[in-house]
Amino acid sequence: MLFDYETLKLIWWLFVGVLLVGFAVTDGFDLGVGALLPFLGKNDEERRVIINSVGATWEGNQVWFVTAGGAIFAAWPIVYATAFSGFYIALMLTLFALFFRPVGFDYRSKVADPRWRSVWDWGLFAGGFVPALIFGVAFGNLLQGVPFSFDNDLRVTYSGNFWQLLNPFGLLAGTVSLAMLLMHGSIYLQIRTEGVIAARARFVTRVTGAVFILAFVLAGVWIMRGIEGYRIVTMLPADAVSTPLDKVVEKAAGAWMDNYSGHHWLWLAPLLAIVGALLAIVASGTKKTIAAFISSSVMIAGVIFTAGIAMFPFIMPSSTDPGSSLTIWDAVSSHKTLQIMFWVVVIFLPIVLAYTSWVYRVLRGKITVESIRANEHNVY
Amino acid sequence: MIPSAELVDLSRLQFAVTALYHFLFVPLTLGLSFLLVIMESVYVMTGKEVYRDMTRFWGKLFGINFALGVTTGLTMEFQFGTNWAYYSHYVGDIFGVPLAIEGLMAFFLESTFVGLFFFGWNKLSKVQHLMVTFLVALGSNLSALWILIANGWMQNPVGAEFNYHTMRMEMTSITDLLFNPVAQVKFVHTVSAGYVTASMFVLGISAYYLLIGRDKAFAMRSIAVAAGFGLASALSVIVLGDASGYTVGEVQRVKLAAIEAEWHTEKAPVAITAFGFPNEATQRTDYAIRIPYLLGLIATRSVDEQITGIAELREENEAKIRNGMIAYSVLEKLRAGDASDETKMLFEKYKANLGYGLLLKKYTPDVADATEEQIRMASRDTIPGIAPMFWTFRIMVAISLVILFIISASFYYVAKRSIAEKKWLLKLALYSIPLPWIACEMGWIVAEYGRQPWTISGILPTRLSTSNLDPSSVYFSLAGFVGFYTLLLVAELYLMFKYARLGPQSLHTGQYGSA
Repeated sequence: MLFDYETLKLIWWLFVGVLLVGFAVTDGFDLGVGALLPFLGKNDEERRVIINSVGATWEGNQVWFVTAGGAIFAAWPIVYATAFSGFYIALMLTLFALFFRPVGFDYRSKVADPRWRSVWDWGLFAGGFVPALIFGVAFGNLLQGVPFSFDNDLRVTYSGNFWQLLNPFGLLAGTVSLAMLLMHGSIYLQIRTEGVIAARARFVTRVTGAVFILAFVLAGVWIMRGIEGYRIVTMLPADAVSTPLDKVVEKAAGAWMDNYSGHHWLWLAPLLAIVGALLAIVASGTKKTIAAFISSSVMIAGVIFTAGIAMFPFIMPSSTDPGSSLTIWDAVSSHKTLQIMFWVVVIFLPIVLAYTSWVYRVLRGKITVESIRANEHNVY
Repeated sequence: MIPSAELVDLSRLQFAVTALYHFLFVPLTLGLSFLLVIMESVYVMTGKEVYRDMTRFWGKLFGINFALGVTTGLTMEFQFGTNWAYYSHYVGDIFGVPLAIEGLMAFFLESTFVGLFFFGWNKLSKVQHLMVTFLVALGSNLSALWILIANGWMQNPVGAEFNYHTMRMEMTSITDLLFNPVAQVKFVHTVSAGYVTASMFVLGISAYYLLIGRDKAFAMRSIAVAAGFGLASALSVIVLGDASGYTVGEVQRVKLAAIEAEWHTEKAPVAITAFGFPNEATQRTDYAIRIPYLLGLIATRSVDEQITGIAELREENEAKIRNGMIAYSVLEKLRAGDASDETKMLFEKYKANLGYGLLLKKYTPDVADATEEQIRMASRDTIPGIAPMFWTFRIMVAISLVILFIISASFYYVAKRSIAEKKWLLKLALYSIPLPWIACEMGWIVAEYGRQPWTISGILPTRLSTSNLDPSSVYFSLAGFVGFYTLLLVAELYLMFKYARLGPQSLHTGQYGSA
């Protein structure tokens, strides 16, 4: 095998991070645009402009989400099992909200009745708003640890409920994620539209950008000062067989800062998040929309890696039974499976990126009220 | 502690509802995408605009269907983790692999290009657009391949073994997983069924235009494409039907015996029971009409091999359950820290039947000390209900024969250029549109109900596979699925009927009339 087990475990932490960033950067703006739809489009034609700015490409973007889910299933099966069953109600709500998107995009403009169209517009709003919020809430709860434990057969029992997820820090993390994706969506709208819609989007970028920076910094301070992190005291060697029951974990104030104080260069991640947001606001203000988009993409990558690095090597800490916590060393698939999936990602991800860029290039250009009128029966 | 019967039943019900619902949309996507490729290829080669309009119009209906396929597919991706957490942990090391590859290799392809299919008509050359259509078809069919590799592994779990350190199945061979004979046969059978479904869809709706005397040229060409493609596919469904896949794998053998109501092993050559009434109480089939030789030919491709009967399979399984009890008690020693070579060797010897031991968990936590009565009950559980298997299979086959007749007759009259006058056939084709969907759903019931009591054949009982959830959570989600899915289906059917009735005039090219 090309890599030893320990290296592959580390690589897979990076891969999952990359897939999550891919999802948040691409489908993230679709979620943001969906959530902004009823507010930035004041009449049917404006709303069709907004819908069509993402209509042709959102479907491919959503696959980042599906693929991230599939990759977690294959590489971190017990994480997939624990997170999805533990966050049951939250995930069902996300799923129900996401239902509105495929049908909302495709069905909305096939019937002229304004009531029909209004229902789908609000459906697309829910399909953007709810997942953007809940993904953040989920991360906020991972950072605090969630209540689960395993029996000797590795059957997981989750002892919390949905309402407990909506705690103050969870909601703050939800605000970070919502503001981030609304901002990202509003910047994408500036690339694809012009005139009054782009002007409204520019305003949204400023507001959500400011909210994002505030919430992100506040969450950072809260993690440094108020939230107990987790720390491994003893565990099996990193290249040992993967089972989450053979370690000792302690809960300690400031433990989430261990990696940052040990390796100062890691501060780059939160730094990129804040600088990316600032640059995006400035670039959007001067109508350099592509530069703004790149900046907000950097911001997103910065945010996801900020959280990932704080928790590293934890993926899902357990608040009720810290020893049951899932980490990148002991919640993973076998050496063989990680190796096979490594090759799958290395071969197919570049291909996906190549044809996705080609599709975006073919479909580039502004969507306007005039272009909608000219293709009335062929666009969403 | 194992999940309650209520929770397991609810989880199964939710999975069955969402999977059967998902498969209302999948077959049309699989088949119609290739019909679009054929229509557009003719357009690129001949330059005749009617073929472009055909691609666009049937493409519109494709889109309406595709949206719900994507919506409901997302549920399936979530559901293994949300509702089947122990399953996900126990087999994720293998089962997750084809699912992840499906995302990266197939679903990305299909979803990225489907937008360009709809919006790229004026931005691409003819050949480029055809290539895009082809990539959508390729992506959706590759997607089916990977999903069926995953599903085939549930039916016949090759290339994996149990690891007592991690308490799960782990992959030993990726090639065994990929070239699993059950998965191969399933794939061919399933995509062919999708092609037939799409052919019947195009055929039936085009027949409607001929019946009301509208858009004749458009309809005739659509029928010609559908009948040709449909005939090849219908023959492939039947000839390459997955009967041959029932001879390998333990649960597959049980399914075959159940489908045929083979109560006892019969000496070769084996006759087929074409019709009859399976009677569980007397363990025989009343009023059976039997055709000699046929089953042997279909299932084993021979006249000298026998097919194991239900009574004999149950006896075999009882022996496996006894071995499984030994495997379980040795596993408990290993988990308690006994690492002696003797214990390990004993486990190696019996671990293949560990899953059969786990069947006893339904009756007792102390698997190793199960009573004779409990062993007997567990061995009875290894055979699914005979009557449901027997009937669903026969409904599927009967429908296939009706469809084969409709498609062959259409093909014949298309060739004779007289289909427009055959009103009886046009009406039959129109009203038979729902048939392939019924056959597809029956096929899935045979495959998945027939797999019970297992989620992974011979490895993991369904009873142990679910998440530890409060039943109220599952009631909530089930209610949500039923509610949303009903509303979405109403919207989908409304649009499907609206656009199918409008026909090609919905393209607003000005060339097609209204009736």
